[in-house]
Amino acid sequence: MPSDNPSKVFIARGLTKIYRMGEVEVHALRGIDLEIFEGEFVVLLGPSGSGKSTLLNILGGLDAPTGGQAFYREHDLVKASEQELTRYRREHVGFVFQFYNLIPSLTVRENVALVTEISENPMSPDEALERVGLQDRLNHFPSQLSGGEQQRVAIARAIAKRPDELLCDEPTGALDYDTGKVVLDVIARINQELKTTTVVITHNAAIGGMADRVFRLANGRIDSVKRNVTKLTSGELRW
Amino acid sequence: MVKAIDRKLIRDLFLMKSQVVTIGLVVACGIAAFVASLSTYDSLTWSQEGYYKEGRFANIFASLKVAPEGVIKRVTDIPGVAEAESRLVYDVTLDIPSITEPVVGRVISIPDGGQPFLNKLYLRKGRFIEPGRHNEVLVSESFATANGLKPGDRIVAILNGKREALHIVGVALSPEYIYVVAGGTPIPDDKHFGILWMNRSAVASAFNMVGAFNHLVLTVGPGFSAEPIIESLDNILEPYGGLGAYDRKEQLSNRLITQEIRQQRAMAITIPTIFLGVAAFLINVVIGRLVSTQREQIAVLKALGYKNSTIGIHYLKMAAFIVLAGSVLGLLVGIWLGDKMTELYSAFFRFPLKTYRLAPGLPLIAIGISVMAMISGVLNAVYHVLILPPAEAMRPPAPPSYRRTIIENLRVFNLLPLEFRMIVRNIARRPFRALLSSLGVALAVGILISGTFMYDAIDYMINSQFLTSEREDATIGFTQPVSYRARNEVEHIPGVLFAEKYRTVPVKMSAGHRSFRTAILGLPKNGELKRPLDQRLHPIPIPTEGILLTDRLGEFLGVQVGERITILALEGSRVTREVVVVSLVNDLLGLSAYMDLDALNRMMGEGDSVTSVAVRMERSFSDLFYVRVKELPKVATVNIRETFIRTFNETTAKYIVVFIGILTGFAAIIAIGIVYNNARIALSERIWELASLRVLGFTRREVSTLLLGELALELLLGIPIGFAIGYLFASASISLTDTELFRLPLIIEAKTYAYAAIAVLASGVISAMIVRNRIDHLDLVGVLKTRE
Repeated sequence: MPSDNPSKVFIARGLTKIYRMGEVEVHALRGIDLEIFEGEFVVLLGPSGSGKSTLLNILGGLDAPTGGQAFYREHDLVKASEQELTRYRREHVGFVFQFYNLIPSLTVRENVALVTEISENPMSPDEALERVGLQDRLNHFPSQLSGGEQQRVAIARAIAKRPDELLCDEPTGALDYDTGKVVLDVIARINQELKTTTVVITHNAAIGGMADRVFRLANGRIDSVKRNVTKLTSGELRW
Repeated sequence: MVKAIDRKLIRDLFLMKSQVVTIGLVVACGIAAFVASLSTYDSLTWSQEGYYKEGRFANIFASLKVAPEGVIKRVTDIPGVAEAESRLVYDVTLDIPSITEPVVGRVISIPDGGQPFLNKLYLRKGRFIEPGRHNEVLVSESFATANGLKPGDRIVAILNGKREALHIVGVALSPEYIYVVAGGTPIPDDKHFGILWMNRSAVASAFNMVGAFNHLVLTVGPGFSAEPIIESLDNILEPYGGLGAYDRKEQLSNRLITQEIRQQRAMAITIPTIFLGVAAFLINVVIGRLVSTQREQIAVLKALGYKNSTIGIHYLKMAAFIVLAGSVLGLLVGIWLGDKMTELYSAFFRFPLKTYRLAPGLPLIAIGISVMAMISGVLNAVYHVLILPPAEAMRPPAPPSYRRTIIENLRVFNLLPLEFRMIVRNIARRPFRALLSSLGVALAVGILISGTFMYDAIDYMINSQFLTSEREDATIGFTQPVSYRARNEVEHIPGVLFAEKYRTVPVKMSAGHRSFRTAILGLPKNGELKRPLDQRLHPIPIPTEGILLTDRLGEFLGVQVGERITILALEGSRVTREVVVVSLVNDLLGLSAYMDLDALNRMMGEGDSVTSVAVRMERSFSDLFYVRVKELPKVATVNIRETFIRTFNETTAKYIVVFIGILTGFAAIIAIGIVYNNARIALSERIWELASLRVLGFTRREVSTLLLGELALELLLGIPIGFAIGYLFASASISLTDTELFRLPLIIEAKTYAYAAIAVLASGVISAMIVRNRIDHLDLVGVLKTRE
């Protein structure tokens, strides 16, 4: 739950994004307005093509919008230069990708160290990995891990820098039911324990039960916003 | 503590080890060839200069009939003459029991019991001659080696008609005869021609020359030029039968060695520079593509907050490791080879000491070029990923635009197998990349040709020169002009099938301000044996009047057909005449001039005289022939064509063969490096697509065909382009290897093209086999789950 006087972490106004994919023009975002508060757990829900990944990427400083405004606290994410966005990602954002995107030639611990080595005040790689329950797998290579384990390494890598926000792009998309739940549990725990603002995107409506608020996206617009009075634990989710 | 990103570097290098090794070897070959050849050239120049200085090599040389010793005073009085030394020089016949052919020794006097002041000797074995010993002699090293002579041995010389047994006390080298040639031919014949140094008093008494001299060497003081001195010298020596003084530049040994070194320089510059350029191009392309295959990883690093500069440096380090490791290897190999080659040449040139030297600039240039190529390749590749927003870069590249290619409009295209159509579309969709790959293949073919064609050129040269142009079996040279009847005498020797007479006149030719000392060869009308050839190797008829020049001599004098040149005969009546250049001859060896024999004799104001006779004979009679020739009066030399060809093959040709052999080895490694990396990188770029096709039910064979078919098409496209590139490279190196010794013709045999193509195809097949093996062991799930 947001605190009594929650500060706004993200503000977006009229965000649009047009992609050229090969020879096709894709209108990924058609005018998005939203506010996300500190410590909040937000789920962006929508079918593929609804624009949720695009929105997340813009919030994370990975992509630039075609129009509109986007702020992270006092940082203008639209006008930010390439260097400013890099610094923003480095200092504030933890990413978790659907396909983990670990560096195959680095061990579990080294994949996390890749981030801690460029952060100001990180936790140790071992601590981060302990938080995701992988303390026994420190010296394994990504190819020696299951999908769920790889995703937990990715989460450890994302949180090790103590980010202000944790952005997860379909974190369970490539995982089976049980493994997916373990990963969601880890994300929820991080949100609770570290008070990290967390944004998860998914096409799985059930996951929305874990969030403070659920934004439904369709065709590049926000269809509806729903506030959960009681949040479910990952164990209580069913799909 | 090693940083995580550096661990990634080390592990990635290890994972790519076969590519790291092959690219490293390409770099190493480029640098080794460059450093080895240029340092060899540099060391040879250094050795030559050092030896000339140490040995007090003379600046001006003059021969004459006879002059009293007192004349030397007038010579030293010429302004600019630093030191002058008189001596006696005679070509004599030697009798060496083990050799049937006539052997000529050039007897050169040295001060009694000491060293000459100029052209000092370097003693290799034995000792110097004791004062007063009339039968002691020093022999030149090449001659001693060729005939197995050593101090303590005896040889018989005919000195002024008297047989004298000479006692060899030492083996020596002279800066005057670094390259031991008799004159007439530019190819040394160490078995049949050598230098003998004897006490002045011994030579003087044998030739009745006490208190007189017939040869003069001198040095020019600093700040003076040779030309006015030569002019004064000629004036002083004229009454004593002076044959015209000449500068060091025209001294035969120096002229040839300088050209040989220049030739080395030409080869050292062109071919290795081409190699280095090709290697640099490959480093650029291959490393660039290697970096591109890490597109997703670059994007992740960026998403994680790594700065562009950090990522750029990361990949630069990766490439730098490969390039610098290759550079160090190349440098070590280059120095080792350069040292060996310098040793080889030093022995050939008879330098007393081998001095190997590596100018520090050389490796810096070579490594600098490689590093620049690397940096631009890496930065270009990294930049192309970095300009994309990370979110986009992490996705696989947007589906490429496939269009129907032009050839698809042909009805026949649709009848071709689906696989073939996919291959063609793939190439058509990234034509630039396909072109780059083909260009890499083409360069590999090109450098192979640029090396191996020299073998063709040498073969052609020997063939055209010795089998088409000079068709005699042996040539007998006389010490002075003799009567026409000598030909008949020679023709009556048993076994001789046919004899032809010639007259050689040493001359100084001039046109405008340019002049050149050479000899005019007078040829009989309708001669059979020696025939100047035109560009198409057809014999040129000798005109009744006027002169034929080799095209390079014409170039040197700056004259065209129809223009006049002035000729000063350097013997007999020393006449000066103007003659018309009737034709320019395509002669590969030497800078010669030809005239009609009768016309030449008329010009000289002499009767029917000859200086040499060439014969065709039956081989079985050759031993008898030599015995009979030795009995003829005034015979100076016998050049046996077979020996000549053999010597040429063993000397000049041998060094080229060794040099080219090394370069060809490098070229082969570079070729393998190109083709192999092409295949491996194509595999990593397409692995996901290929795995998908396997999942869809394509067989291993079908999937391999897709990738390897593309590589094969690129290879087949590259090879003909490579033929053209090879031709260009070859003509570039030819234009620089043009010396008096020989000019390599631009001849590339079909088999040379074929070998280059086969070598590249073979490395293609081997690379294909490796790639095929990888495709067969594709981890389908593993490949697919790492990508969207």
